[in-house]
Amino acid sequence: MKKKFKVDKHFLIPKHSKLSEAQKEKLLEKYHISAKELPRMLKTDAAIAALNVKPGDVIKIIRTSETAGEALFYRVIVDV
Amino acid sequence: MDKLIAEYADKLPKRILDDMKDYLAKKGGSINQAKLKKILDNTLEEYKNAKIQAGESVGVISAESIGEPGTQMTLNTFHFAGVAEMNVTLGLPRIIEVLDGRKGLQTPAMEIYLKTPYSKGKDIKEFALAIKETKLNHIALEFSISLIDSEIEVKLDKEKMKNLSLTNSNVASSITKQLKGFSVKDNKDSIILKSRSKEESLNDVYKAKEKIKDIHIKGIKEIHQVLPLKRNDEYLIMTAGSNLSEVLQLEGVDAHRTTTNNIFEIQEVLGIEAAREAIIKEVFKVIENQGFNVDIRHIMLVADTMCVSGSIKGITRYGVVSEKASALARASFETPIKHIINAALIGEVDQLNSVVENVMLNQAIPTGTGVPDLITKPKE
Repeated sequence: MKKKFKVDKHFLIPKHSKLSEAQKEKLLEKYHISAKELPRMLKTDAAIAALNVKPGDVIKIIRTSETAGEALFYRVIVDV
Repeated sequence: MDKLIAEYADKLPKRILDDMKDYLAKKGGSINQAKLKKILDNTLEEYKNAKIQAGESVGVISAESIGEPGTQMTLNTFHFAGVAEMNVTLGLPRIIEVLDGRKGLQTPAMEIYLKTPYSKGKDIKEFALAIKETKLNHIALEFSISLIDSEIEVKLDKEKMKNLSLTNSNVASSITKQLKGFSVKDNKDSIILKSRSKEESLNDVYKAKEKIKDIHIKGIKEIHQVLPLKRNDEYLIMTAGSNLSEVLQLEGVDAHRTTTNNIFEIQEVLGIEAAREAIIKEVFKVIENQGFNVDIRHIMLVADTMCVSGSIKGITRYGVVSEKASALARASFETPIKHIINAALIGEVDQLNSVVENVMLNQAIPTGTGVPDLITKPKE
């Protein structure tokens, strides 16, 4: 059995955090979309192993961007 | 002053605000509040004007911007990266490899950064050798078969073993673990393998002889070659072959910076966002290396497209194209007959929501002024 590496320290991984239900509603309201129209992220993704997520949750990602300095991105959790 | 700038944090990108702060600090740091507000408002106006407009065909622009320098790239450049001996695919073949999302890379490679004291050069050779995969084949001088006893004798290279700090019993125990049905005997300069079953045919012994050459003795699997080198006052190890998940767990490896050029491994070990970042870095590295000037936003767009579904999809008919909703759009890319037949078989409905299918049907395409509902709601 492979040991899982604690990934949150790698320089390629931007900061991931889970949105609360209220924040999620606000986000979807702002962009006039439904959750399934967001880019997806697998439930098994290595970067969110510590966040305890379920399908339908929205993950907020703060990317460090070469052009904008910082950029926000959102992904919705899906099963497999 | 900082408070006023902070108010614009969600309207303007961080880079612009930071630049502004730096500039103000350089000019003395004090500024009239009203004046600063005016500057910020003007900046916001400019920023809004500079944004790409809704409905613009950004994909086509990206395709052109990456494709044009692609035609001028030297084909099949094999470049020796930095120091001799290490051969890495670069140039157009590498870009195609990344964007196609190919799993079997031509030259998988890693850059392993180390923690102190290894990064200062202490025991760097030993460390590198410990990572390198050693198979029985590498430390054996000779494999011979005794026909009478159906035994295999493996003569060992003592010098190589000493370099790798291996002993006969190390080797013998690795063989016992990985090879079933043979008894292993240590015989000083060699190791003798004897089949346990009496009725072993000569053919089977031959097969076993070939098989034991691949027995894993030491190191990390898939790492075929190691090359310690010094870069910016720091020692690191470049490898041919890649195995990110196991290398990251090693004691003494700086798991924060160690990377591989295999984007699928990155996706598996570090997640999809890290993979996106890696795609951008890999493609941009090649383009820069060849002396072209492509805006990084184009590459970001391609990387985003490859990663929307949560796993890496190449820009091929098996990847992103197969995800398209429209059967006609899929058919227009490659293997049209296959797609049309399959769509007809299951009675697929085409909503004609995208560009290609509308071009086929000679209708207005939904880009630019073709998608007014992106900005305004038409009256019913």
